[in-house]
Amino acid sequence: MKQLVITIILSLTALAGAADFGADARNYDGAAWSPYGVGAAIGVLSWLTFYFSDKPIGASSFYATLAGFIGKLVAKRHTESLAYFKTNPPRIDWSLLFVTSIIVGGFIAAWTGGEIRNEWLHPMWVDRFGDSIALRGLIGFAGGVLMAFGARLAGGCTSGHGISGTLQLNVGSWLTAICMFTAGIATAMLLYTVL
Amino acid sequence: MIAPGTSVKQSSEPSAKPVGGGKIAGAILFGLAFGFLLQKGGVGKYNVLIGQLLLQDYTVVKIMMSAVAVGMVGVFTLHHFAMVNLHLQPTRIGAQVIGGSLFGAGFALIAYCPGTGAAALGQGSWDVIFGIAGLIAGSYLFAEMSAWLKRTVEKWGDKGKLMLPDLLHLPRLPFAFGFAFLLTVFLYFLDRAFPG
Repeated sequence: MKQLVITIILSLTALAGAADFGADARNYDGAAWSPYGVGAAIGVLSWLTFYFSDKPIGASSFYATLAGFIGKLVAKRHTESLAYFKTNPPRIDWSLLFVTSIIVGGFIAAWTGGEIRNEWLHPMWVDRFGDSIALRGLIGFAGGVLMAFGARLAGGCTSGHGISGTLQLNVGSWLTAICMFTAGIATAMLLYTVL
Repeated sequence: MIAPGTSVKQSSEPSAKPVGGGKIAGAILFGLAFGFLLQKGGVGKYNVLIGQLLLQDYTVVKIMMSAVAVGMVGVFTLHHFAMVNLHLQPTRIGAQVIGGSLFGAGFALIAYCPGTGAAALGQGSWDVIFGIAGLIAGSYLFAEMSAWLKRTVEKWGDKGKLMLPDLLHLPRLPFAFGFAFLLTVFLYFLDRAFPG
């Protein structure tokens, strides 16, 4: 198992070194602040959410709550009959407020830093795949479906498992995070090679 | 009262009581801070996120590992003194290998993830809207299949709540400090290889 993982990582790194993806992420605007500073601050933030809110940082259940609200509007009885919504009925909860506030926090940071983008396509996407919004929409939507299904099956996302779960030394979270990045790297390299 | 060093609460359990005033203030304040930090860290940007998956830009891994190292030390210290609960998702090998891999494949396509996507929306990267529509649809699709998944995939290799130090029969707090130290060493070498 361990050897398999190491082999996969080494071959992907070799592929990355050899392959030409037709675009380089480093040629576009990067981070405003140091990743170590931002990461450490998120670590401290997790102490605060554990202490004051008795909650780990997480985001993906927000979208399931929205799906539940929309489902109840369209087909109330059917939605309420589904096993997931029986144990997790959609309601205005901590996670809903938390993720809604992330949107506002992102806006404040971009606004104060003069980084409001107001764009439908990122320049790197345009340089590599052209200026069709339909293509970006199709790929983005498909990605969202896979991502949310995967997050619900695994029990969390890059925040819930990738940060909050791994920092609690949860075996399942480390397993999930490793699978997320391995599959993510493989799929991204495939996408940037064949499409 | 929380039993020192032992109490573990399952985070997937919905809490019995509705959100109170203090909880609302916390959710909003901490959400604002998290969104602010994600944007400043550059992980609301398409190129930074996809750059990590193409192994061109290591910002995502640097942020995540710094957060994990710092978070681990604090949360385990607070837990040792019975000041916080742990919130562990159960370890389910089948569901997490399949779910994690599907998530990763989706991650490569959308480039944003559920948290960074929200920050991207805030900064005006409108392409994330397609991804958000997909996230909502995918959540509903999961709910459609949830009864069946519970009977099958979620039972494969279900180990319950499982922590690395418990698995290795080592004391939690020293293990957490040692692990955070190793992550820091890893980050040091990562920065040597990919500065910035």
